Amino acid sequence: MIISFRDVSVEKNGVRILKGINVELSERRIGILGRNGSGKSTFARLFNGIETPTTGTVSLNGVTERKALRRHVGFVFQNPDNQIVYPIVEEDLAFGLKSLKLSETETRQRIGEALHRFDLEHLRDRFTHQLSGGEKQMVALVGVLVMQPHMIVLDEPTTLLDLWNKRKFMAALNALEQSLVVISHDLELLEGVDRVLHLEDGTLVEDGDPATVIANYVARSQC
Amino acid sequence: MLTDLYVFGDSAVHRARPVVKIAGLVVLCTSVFVFEGWPSVLVGGALVAAGFALAGLRLRHAVASIRPAFWILAAIFAVQLVLTDLLFAGFVVGRFAVMILGAALVTLTTKTSEFVDGIHAALKHAPGWVPKEQIALAISLCLRFIPLVRTMLVEVRQAQQARGLDRNVLALLVPLVVRTLKTADEVSQALYARSFD
Repeated sequence: MIISFRDVSVEKNGVRILKGINVELSERRIGILGRNGSGKSTFARLFNGIETPTTGTVSLNGVTERKALRRHVGFVFQNPDNQIVYPIVEEDLAFGLKSLKLSETETRQRIGEALHRFDLEHLRDRFTHQLSGGEKQMVALVGVLVMQPHMIVLDEPTTLLDLWNKRKFMAALNALEQSLVVISHDLELLEGVDRVLHLEDGTLVEDGDPATVIANYVARSQC
Repeated sequence: MLTDLYVFGDSAVHRARPVVKIAGLVVLCTSVFVFEGWPSVLVGGALVAAGFALAGLRLRHAVASIRPAFWILAAIFAVQLVLTDLLFAGFVVGRFAVMILGAALVTLTTKTSEFVDGIHAALKHAPGWVPKEQIALAISLCLRFIPLVRTMLVEVRQAQQARGLDRNVLALLVPLVVRTLKTADEVSQALYARSFD
């Protein structure tokens, strides 16, 4: 799976948020770093077509159609409360699957398998607004996984979690076979990634092996 | 509380199609208005009570459903008592109570997704320009986000209390509206990301 950004720029209200991004990504685990306002979230939203580039193209295995990007790239937001749509967990997990027009049996099967995989069967009939922050984030992740995407983009997914839930969430991520793109300030979350991109002021300032990029990022932050 | 919006169960009432339950509710509400008098209220009340029993719902569910309307019903009762007599005031309030409990019976035994599917099915023959999917989704989002907005309200109120602005309505409303709009923006992105057109 190769996702390519060719001369991608994004401009909003006259402000250039991303400037001429050129990068091709094929690694299984990718981290994206950057300060607040560096353009990380906008960049992340280009992966599955939530954002569209003002200029340039984003393609997945050569396909640029937004619908294809959305179908094959899942997205986990920072705040699961904004991602969960239905009041009951099972209903919410079934929401995305409606677009695939699966039968009721297939839908229930997919939901059951996904919940079982993460030991979350006990949440199936729970009200979503009564879940803890960690449980909500897991439900948001499972809601993406039931769609069986090839790639998952996570935008600062552990910011609202405590240490215990963060570790549990990270363990769940590490067990996934899909390609992952993790946007985070939290360097612990980027442990074990294959490649790290560093964005500053809408520009890709560094791209390479995690040890070097993270070390330079930390050094810059101490200036 | 929305906690009581749906009570899990596998009774005949739970299994009945939402469109049938909604149609039954419409018939009940119309009947208690068309057939004025205590008999219609008593028959309606008995049917609703039977529905509650059949669905395995408890008295506390009925009390929780009627509680938010208590003061309104009390005011109606007081006005009717002044204008008419005790019997008619009781009849008017009893009629409203039957309708509220009938509606509660439907919501307590119908999941949001079933409601949405029911609304979608009911709109099946609507003209093409009617945004069926969007109407159905808007209803589910309303139910889902009521507790979320309530949580935001509590957080903003506590933050303003900490600043000594607990009696300032503007200090409460401005951050609440801003947060609600930001949430709405992200929710729309999440809907798109989750393959909703």
